[in-house]
Amino acid sequence: MIRFQNVSKIYNSQSAALRDVSFSVDSGEFISLVGRSGAGKSTLLKLLIVEEKPSEGRVYFDKRDVHKMRPHEVPFLRRRIGAIFQDFKLLPQKTAYENIAFAMEVAGKPKTEIHHDVPLVLDLVGLKDKGNNFPRELSGGEKQRVAIARALVHRPDVIVADEPTGNLDPINTWDVIRLLIKINEMGTTVILATHDKEIINALSRRVVSLDKGAVIRDENPGRYILS
Amino acid sequence: MTITLLVWSGLLLLNVVMTGILDSLASKIDISVYFSLDAPEPAIKDFQQKIQQLSQVADTEYISRDEAIDVFKDKHSGDSTLVASLQELGSNPFEASLNIRAKETGQYGSIADFIDKTEFKNIISKINFAENKTAIERLSHIISVTRQSGLVLSLIMAFIAILVAFNTVRLAIYSSREEISVMKLVGASNWFVRGPFIMEGTLHGVFSSFFALSVMIPALGVIGPRFNSFLPEINLISYFYGNIWQIVLLQTAAGVALGVFSSLIAIRRYLKV
Repeated sequence: MIRFQNVSKIYNSQSAALRDVSFSVDSGEFISLVGRSGAGKSTLLKLLIVEEKPSEGRVYFDKRDVHKMRPHEVPFLRRRIGAIFQDFKLLPQKTAYENIAFAMEVAGKPKTEIHHDVPLVLDLVGLKDKGNNFPRELSGGEKQRVAIARALVHRPDVIVADEPTGNLDPINTWDVIRLLIKINEMGTTVILATHDKEIINALSRRVVSLDKGAVIRDENPGRYILS
Repeated sequence: MTITLLVWSGLLLLNVVMTGILDSLASKIDISVYFSLDAPEPAIKDFQQKIQQLSQVADTEYISRDEAIDVFKDKHSGDSTLVASLQELGSNPFEASLNIRAKETGQYGSIADFIDKTEFKNIISKINFAENKTAIERLSHIISVTRQSGLVLSLIMAFIAILVAFNTVRLAIYSSREEISVMKLVGASNWFVRGPFIMEGTLHGVFSSFFALSVMIPALGVIGPRFNSFLPEINLISYFYGNIWQIVLLQTAAGVALGVFSSLIAIRRYLKV
């Protein structure tokens, strides 16, 4: 479903964020990308959602090179790949409900569909009663769940999560991870980038380890080993 | 943007004034060809016909010897000495002449050259182009220079206007950059993101044009009559009201184009993600 083929990303001659990275992800997989800060995890995800372009190599999604897509096709790709981030990227002046509805409005969905779907995803992430709260009135874990709900509302094929638990305490961390597992069990592919050793070891799923921009290990099930 | 539109409209009216002045000056320029006293009238008529056929010639006016003396007498009817001295002469001392007006001031040179080379040269006693040549050439030079500098000034003002409008819109876009990045992230198309800013640019243009007009009308009420008193050929107020819809339309179109263009440029960098 997703294939990185000899991908390199070089910002300048001294620093390469990614070096000749190749691996693929099958539909329905739950895969973790691990590595220290700066290992290239985020860059890899940015290449997939076409936020950045590779210096070399190709990134395929459903057999299409995403970097050969025309600009008007990219929004459709992004609706098939839901992205969540460490800093949530919620709009502070909108409520939880409006943040999720916004993603649907942007895609030109009709109002009736929005009114139907937003409560459903809010319920799915366990925030049925928090729809009218603004992000500042929510805890870190709740904010991240709103972000997950927003990513889910397009019924994406893939969820990419870039350090989604980086700002959360252990209890909230596990809430978010359990939610990701639930989403994966419902059939959505999940790519989780993290450097949280405990999560990786407890998940016991496929692990791709990165170090200095290169893949050093790809095991299924894998463990958090960096050396 | 209001100021820019005001300047543009001001330039437009200035151009009307300038063209008016230049046209009225240009219509006063002509070439007069004087024929020798014994030149037969049919030959002169032939010559007139030939000149009339030139593509550069707008019109010609033949003044026969008799008409010339009548004009002179009319002009100096109060001056008895002059009239008496004419009678003393016995014969008509005036030469027949042909006044030629070109379509454009720059064409007088080529007309004069043509006359110089015709077979009618032997009946011509004098062409006054040479005498007026410097004045004619200087005037046509002034005409073209003023038009060019008007154009350059308009372009400079357009550039400044775009810069100002661009920065205004950029500030608005900067304050919503977070929203834009989230929009892009959740799969908004570029046109969806641009839409509100283009709308904003359009409204900027429409309101600026409205403000510019509301400043221009009273200003014209003050300037117009003063202008009229020293340049009676050009009536700014009647020109303005005669063309008000075109001016409003042009001003609004310019404002909208400016606003939309600036929005499009300003938002470009935020759409690259």
